[in-house]
Amino acid sequence: MAQALDPHAAIVTTASGAEDGKLTTADGKPLAWALKRSQLKAKRRAFLLVLPLLAFILITFVIPIGQMLQRSFYNDGFSANMPQISQWFAENERGTPPDEAAWTALANDLIASAEDRSIGVVGTRINYDVPGTRSLFTSTGRKVRRGIEPPYREALLEIDEEWGDSRLWSAMRNAATPVTANFYLASVDRTRTDDGSIQQVDERQRVYVMLFMRTFWLSLLITALTFVLGFPVAHLLATLPMRKSNLLMILVLLPFWTSLLVRTTSWMVLLQQQGVINDILVWLGVIGGGQRLQMIYNQTGTIIAMTHILLPFMILPLYSVMRTINPSYVRAARSLGATSWTAFRRIYFPQTLPGLGAGALLVFILAVGYYITPALVGGSSGQLISNMIAMHMTDTLNWSMAAALAALLLASVLILYWLYDRMVGIDNLKLG
Amino acid sequence: MAVPTYATPLERAWHYAYLVLCGMIFFFLIAPIVVIIPLSFNAEPYFTFTDQMLEFDADGYSMRWYDSLLTFGMAAPDGVRDASWWADAWANAKWVKAAKNSIIIGFFATILATCLGTLAALGLSRPEMPFRRAIMATLISPMIVPLIITATGMFFFYSNPCELLGLVGLPTDCGRLAGTYLGVILAHATLGIPFVIITVTATLVGFDQSLNRAAASLGANPRTTFFRITMPLILPGVISGALFAFVTSFDEVVAVLFIAGPDQQTIPRQMWNGIREQISPAILAVATLLVIFSIALLTTVELLRRRSERIRGITPH
Repeated sequence: MAQALDPHAAIVTTASGAEDGKLTTADGKPLAWALKRSQLKAKRRAFLLVLPLLAFILITFVIPIGQMLQRSFYNDGFSANMPQISQWFAENERGTPPDEAAWTALANDLIASAEDRSIGVVGTRINYDVPGTRSLFTSTGRKVRRGIEPPYREALLEIDEEWGDSRLWSAMRNAATPVTANFYLASVDRTRTDDGSIQQVDERQRVYVMLFMRTFWLSLLITALTFVLGFPVAHLLATLPMRKSNLLMILVLLPFWTSLLVRTTSWMVLLQQQGVINDILVWLGVIGGGQRLQMIYNQTGTIIAMTHILLPFMILPLYSVMRTINPSYVRAARSLGATSWTAFRRIYFPQTLPGLGAGALLVFILAVGYYITPALVGGSSGQLISNMIAMHMTDTLNWSMAAALAALLLASVLILYWLYDRMVGIDNLKLG
Repeated sequence: MAVPTYATPLERAWHYAYLVLCGMIFFFLIAPIVVIIPLSFNAEPYFTFTDQMLEFDADGYSMRWYDSLLTFGMAAPDGVRDASWWADAWANAKWVKAAKNSIIIGFFATILATCLGTLAALGLSRPEMPFRRAIMATLISPMIVPLIITATGMFFFYSNPCELLGLVGLPTDCGRLAGTYLGVILAHATLGIPFVIITVTATLVGFDQSLNRAAASLGANPRTTFFRITMPLILPGVISGALFAFVTSFDEVVAVLFIAGPDQQTIPRQMWNGIREQISPAILAVATLLVIFSIALLTTVELLRRRSERIRGITPH
């Protein structure tokens, strides 16, 4: 683009304008100034076209996600409703045994919190760290509202022995400051001990790191599978004459346009134990009627269905790169004595790398965040990290935990997205 | 693609093996979609071909699952099929309701996404656009960010959209968007926008800017230039972007799960419930209808693409 010849500028230089050595426009303004002004105007006009959409996306998409992520490190469910005990925690160092002042503060807060019915929120917050304590708070709340006498330590222990539990006090201390890194610690299977040091959680409770590993590993496997299946097809489509390849392209585009739920449903129908594939295998005599294969509601189901669903995202970029490869390079290599394998490996394949990179990154990015398909066909061994986020959102209602997991997932996706932009350029994203 | 004449026998064998392999991959791509079509006519509540079906016995096939799409949720499904029965189906049948919702939400989300997206694409295609790369990346991100994260963010935002106004001292209570049609429409528009941007900017790449200048030099004002010159030329791209946005909305379930109320039950949501609770071949009947729908869409997009190439003078080689 010849930007100097800006169409908006309408600049007319006059030979006589160059009296003081500077070029001016017809109406006597300095040329550089006029050009700058007109470019600024053009810039502003272009920006104004984008502005409505940018504002829309910021308000309905970027800000909501930011707000959600804030929950991953900010949770005032305890601190806002239990001010006195939070104050006590702030004044006394970690490891200080709770004295009578602490018990008094706790009792006062419990009474106030039970009065304004925020005790459930408080209990929920502590319940994240020490499972099963929500009911401790609500039941104690009911009892203290009927009246409680000092000394509070004995009175509270009378209501429930668990109030003396050091884990509970440690959890309350952690929750006393609204800003916390504990949810991030929890999402990498770490926890803070009573003395403030960080350690791994109990072996049986280590789930998140395993889930992240599984998500990445399965996404990698699915990316590799789409490459293995997509490469020959893309090559065939790119080398066939246009008429034939357009016809075959429909077979790639139809799945691409078909509803995700429809495709997932078809795999459920095909793969289930009384389904079509098992029936065919039994009929062929490959397996006996009693040994029908379990191909769904486990990892196999997730892998097969996701490979099928994401395959077009690999084929399309590969195809568009392969179309531009000049076939005479391979012919030249052959004429110089290369075998067909060498010609493919040394000449053809390196030229397909941009398409391969684009397809692989896209498939991987989409696979890492998949939710629907694993939820429906994954069983328990085929669940990915998205499913865990959804579980925390809808079942356990531990929204801060969901936000922390979402933040880690989002960070990895955004790094890949940035990489994609650097390597491929978002402009080159093509849809069919 | 033929085998070159100088190929060795081994290369020939490899070539045919390769063709067979490709055939199998195409089969893998298309078979799962095709297989549900005959299965949706199954007379029995099974998900596999019964012996009767394999013998092409007419008794093995039936329309009962399509019929159940109409009757499910009706007040009086067993009555005589007169005008009042159809009125009942139109008003009460769950799948009919879901279809109506999907179309309403999809329609408005598409309009919103297409208008905003086309305008932005016009700006983004100008060479003088500032911060082009960063803005483009932001506008495409709804397609890249995992849906569950988007839906979670929207869940909090839409239940109290004015929460942030509290920071500048304004009242924070302005009603909910979650559980309303408007909420779902806005969410679906957000998700459809990247598709509009991508298709329209792709169309604008081949757009000859001198046509606009020519129109301006002949005295047309920017508005006339846009509607008489630019718009007709980029229209195929705009329409296929709109179709993409519509399909995105029509197929979207995660955001609906998180922000829609019981009144905004859409087809995918209804399918999701059906699959999770008790899957019946009625799901296959819906799936078949959706496959037919996507074939129609694919054909439209393909025709538009060819038309766009033709009017812009790009002939397929």
